[in-house]
Amino acid sequence: MRLDLDARPQRSTLREILAPVGALIVAILIGGVVIALMGRSTIEAFDVYFVEPLSQSYSLQAIAVKAAPLILIAVGLAFCYRANLWNIGAEGQFIAGGALGGWLGLVTHDGAFQGVLGSWWILPAMMILGALGGLLYAMIPALLRVWLNVSEILSSLMLVYVAQLALDWLVRGPWKDPEGHNLPVSVNLDPEATLPILFDGGSLHLGVLLAPLVAIVAAIVFSKTLFGYQVRLVGSAPKAARFGGFNDRTIAIAAFAISGGLAGLAGVAEVSGRIGQLLPSISPGYGFSAIIVAFLGRLSPVGIFIAGLVLALTFVGGEDAQIAMHLPGDLTLAFQGVLLICVLAADVLARYRLRFTMGARS
Amino acid sequence: MEQANTAIAGEPESPLLAVRGITKRFGSFTANDNITLGLTPGEVHALLGENGAGKSTLVKMLYGLLAPTEGEILWQGASIKLPNPNAARALGIGMVFQHFSLFDNLTVAENIALVMPASDRLQDVPGKIDGISRAYGMGLEPNRPVWSLSAGERQRIEIARCLLQDPKVLILDEPTSVLTPQEAEKLFETLDRLKAEGRALLYISHHLEEVKRLCDRATILRLGKLVGTCDPRVETPRSLAALMVGSQIMEVRAAGAHTLGKDRLVVSDLDAPSPSLHGVSLKHVSLAVKGGEVFGIAGVAGNGQSELFANLSGESLARRPEAIVIDGSPVGALGISDRRALNAGFVPEERNGHAAAPDFTLSENIVLTGHGSDGLTRLGFINGAAAKDQSQKVIAAFDVRKSGADPLARTLSGGNLQKFVVGREILREPALLVINQPTWGVDALAAATIRQALLDLCARGAAVLIISQDLDELFEISDRIAVIHTGELSEALPARGTTREEIGLLMAGMPGGANVAGGSAHAP
Amino acid sequence: MSFDPQQIQDILIIIVAAATPLLLAAIGEVVAERAGVLNLGLEGMMIVGASTGFAFAYMTDSTIVGVIAGILGGVLMSAVFAFLTIGLATNQVAAGLALTIFGRGLANLIGEGFVGLKRSGAPHLYIPGLTDLPLVGRLIFGEDFFVYFAILLTGAVGYWLMRTRAGLTLRAVGENHTSGHSLGVPVRGIRLLAVLFGGACAGLAGCYLSLSYTPFWSPDMTAGRGWIALALVVFASWKPWRALAGAILFGGVAVLALAFQGLGVPIPAQLLNSLPYLTTIIVLVVLSLRDSRGALAPASLGQAFIPDR
Repeated sequence: MRLDLDARPQRSTLREILAPVGALIVAILIGGVVIALMGRSTIEAFDVYFVEPLSQSYSLQAIAVKAAPLILIAVGLAFCYRANLWNIGAEGQFIAGGALGGWLGLVTHDGAFQGVLGSWWILPAMMILGALGGLLYAMIPALLRVWLNVSEILSSLMLVYVAQLALDWLVRGPWKDPEGHNLPVSVNLDPEATLPILFDGGSLHLGVLLAPLVAIVAAIVFSKTLFGYQVRLVGSAPKAARFGGFNDRTIAIAAFAISGGLAGLAGVAEVSGRIGQLLPSISPGYGFSAIIVAFLGRLSPVGIFIAGLVLALTFVGGEDAQIAMHLPGDLTLAFQGVLLICVLAADVLARYRLRFTMGARS
Repeated sequence: MEQANTAIAGEPESPLLAVRGITKRFGSFTANDNITLGLTPGEVHALLGENGAGKSTLVKMLYGLLAPTEGEILWQGASIKLPNPNAARALGIGMVFQHFSLFDNLTVAENIALVMPASDRLQDVPGKIDGISRAYGMGLEPNRPVWSLSAGERQRIEIARCLLQDPKVLILDEPTSVLTPQEAEKLFETLDRLKAEGRALLYISHHLEEVKRLCDRATILRLGKLVGTCDPRVETPRSLAALMVGSQIMEVRAAGAHTLGKDRLVVSDLDAPSPSLHGVSLKHVSLAVKGGEVFGIAGVAGNGQSELFANLSGESLARRPEAIVIDGSPVGALGISDRRALNAGFVPEERNGHAAAPDFTLSENIVLTGHGSDGLTRLGFINGAAAKDQSQKVIAAFDVRKSGADPLARTLSGGNLQKFVVGREILREPALLVINQPTWGVDALAAATIRQALLDLCARGAAVLIISQDLDELFEISDRIAVIHTGELSEALPARGTTREEIGLLMAGMPGGANVAGGSAHAP
Repeated sequence: MSFDPQQIQDILIIIVAAATPLLLAAIGEVVAERAGVLNLGLEGMMIVGASTGFAFAYMTDSTIVGVIAGILGGVLMSAVFAFLTIGLATNQVAAGLALTIFGRGLANLIGEGFVGLKRSGAPHLYIPGLTDLPLVGRLIFGEDFFVYFAILLTGAVGYWLMRTRAGLTLRAVGENHTSGHSLGVPVRGIRLLAVLFGGACAGLAGCYLSLSYTPFWSPDMTAGRGWIALALVVFASWKPWRALAGAILFGGVAVLALAFQGLGVPIPAQLLNSLPYLTTIIVLVVLSLRDSRGALAPASLGQAFIPDR
């Protein structure tokens, strides 16, 4: 049997929108089959995963709180992936940002360093430091790539492990709360270092609003500015970009800076807005799930915004399913993987017509 | 098509390989429409046609690379199917590709061993290569890696690879496009010999002179259809061309007597190491182009043309700023945008991916070279309406055929996209235009349009530098011609008064041909 | 602080153990990459191999059955990758990431019921007399069959790639798929087989971790070894024998951490544990200083191939 791909002569916006939707449906069907094979009720699981979280205020808030870091990171990744740079170390940049921004919260604990200035500056400074932390951490693979042509794929990923171990050491060592009963946790952040909650009794914090804001700005950058044009051009036709007079190195560094900065911002917002202290591990794999979000959103900021909400739904639904149905938590991870595989396949279907031919050849 | 069949049946000798009523469709596009032809032993059969006429599609079917949609292939009168090239080779059909099917990082012997029958042992291949190389005077070294060889040597590997299988039919796709005239002559001697050995040759070309020199019969394709079969020896190049193109080609209006202005581009002693793997370094390149002059650079592909273009355009920077001077300003250290700001324009060889981004729309491709000027950008934002406007002007001025209002560049045909990228630069009225392979792979009408536009630009006082592999083109529109060989540029010779043979010797790196130049060559 | 000879042998044995999974995975990836396919899903295939291998070995109480299941797990994972990249011509980097993310979830799902269970490791060679030799006996004659197989595989693949016609054809496909196709070489078929072979090797490497190295299953137990093996392929310049040397180097770095801890050197454990990752980056930097133009990589590595019809 033989499989042929015929390029479709024209792009169709409808097909490009339908492709990820179709992929999501197929992935859900595959998930349903797996759950049925595990001897569980597919209907019930679907209800717990995808319907119930949407019917409760607190779970809707939980979705938004989980979607925000995914969207922030994925919008940043879109800059890299559009420029054909494979930053897969957003998880590490997230940790670096959370750690550096969180550090300011720790050193200003109990009114330290607040003198005449007061405490108003702490939160903005934490956010800036967080973004800076992620940005600087992303500069390592970026500069190695630009200067020495070292594969950014491997270097950025290796740095994830390094960041995880470094944070683990910090929280178990120098940053450990001396009164924490020897638990590997830092002190709790002061209210001055905590992103405020938007509604009383809810979980929605101020940092969540960053996500739509960043998505809108990024959408404008991609579609209207010369910088966005350059990023798209470098990824799509690198020789043409050089011919256009654009410096691919500068663009590579800028794309990594944006990507790392947004991941770092997401990290510090998570620490300051949701966790409230530093722990040995501060991410349930947002940096990797954001890769799926980026592709599910077809590397467009608006698409990523929607895709981030979808992925967050699977996180929240997955947690609920663990409690309500005793389904394994790793089911969510496997489902996300299936989803990415379906998205990649659907992407091809949007651009090509498939022909199966029986026999040795056409 | 009954008539066509009788025509074949009426041949003095029955064809070895024939196609009958063959049609190939790609989606809604018909590349070959009901074509019938036959090859007899001891015949050199020309397949003539413009770019896009369907020649390559037809021979790919004969070599088992494509399957016909309709019609049949006959071998010694019996209908056969060719599921893959191995089947074609097993029958005795060999093919020499235009863009060689070689592996740069493998040795000559490894390249050849790949297609030998499984019964041959790997260790025996070098010996066999030596044998065939001696028999046909090819001078192949089995253990050399292919990347270190010249285009002519590479082609000999392709031919040796075919001959080792003792083919009865040999298909050659544009075999002279990368050869010097002298190398081509040597190839013709080999082909004459193969013909005398009773093999059938299918020879694809659009060089009408060599078809007259070599071929016994010619089949002419136009837009996928067979438009005629003739004896090229009794036709004139003009009558053959009329059959190929289907209408009289517009004659390019020669520039005539015109005054030359001052030097607009001066390159002096430019040295540049190659930035890419297996690339060519430029050595002591010097030239000067005046306003109102077309300066042609000839050479066999891969002798430093793209490296020279990159240095002239600023995609690669020179070590010394004064190595390249545009209108009096030393620009060696300036990038391409700064050189454009000095009113220079550039058109690289590769349309898709270099001159234009294939997945960007035409108006977005206007921004590619116009972002620094032309009011296309303001405060970092792109003025989309202005870009569309400018794009429409190019489309109208150069008769660019497209579908849709602002289509992706890759959906245009080669000729139309080339007109767009050339027009994009010419409408900016550059004082200097550097263009690499201006009409490569472009249909004759588009080629004539482009050449005329270059001459007109020149007549308005601009300096035009053309790098081309097509000697006919260079002789048609250049005032002076220099030759690039292994990164060195010869002195420039006046186009009128220099013969193809003299240029050919220079292309082969034999400077003997250069000394005939009179005092008119004014290289520093 | 001084070593007795027995300790040196112990350390060398640990180095070999740490090197073996890297070598197995790298050899498979060398073959896939020589055919022009960059499979970044190595980590995902390895982890699935580890969990299926352990699950089946535990259920059947047979190491061999476990190994076969683990290899099959790796092959099935690579088949998914092959369908995406060879059949549908998707971007190989994205497909490799998808495979890793999917593999991690799938492996943890498969291994869920087996966390905390133990079984005895794979049998070791024992040749009376030879294995009992001092200093080198257990190192050379007392390893388990994974180790011997990995070395045999390295030699066999090295010979096959460089000395046989089939190996030549595979290298040609990785150098220039367009030329290969026009000569009638079945480009996609060869790439499919190469990717499946890579999957089998990665599955086996995973099995080694869960059936011999630890020997138990724990989530995320591959800990980036698949990625390190990818770096190892670059380190080895796509040559199997150099992969062997590189695996020992990387294995040695991993063991360094244990050795330091054993000696009571006051270095944070986290720093020692991050050594393999830092070493990988440093090695990549050194390599790129040596070969900045990418002369050694197969020329069409990572490029999708869509034949015309």
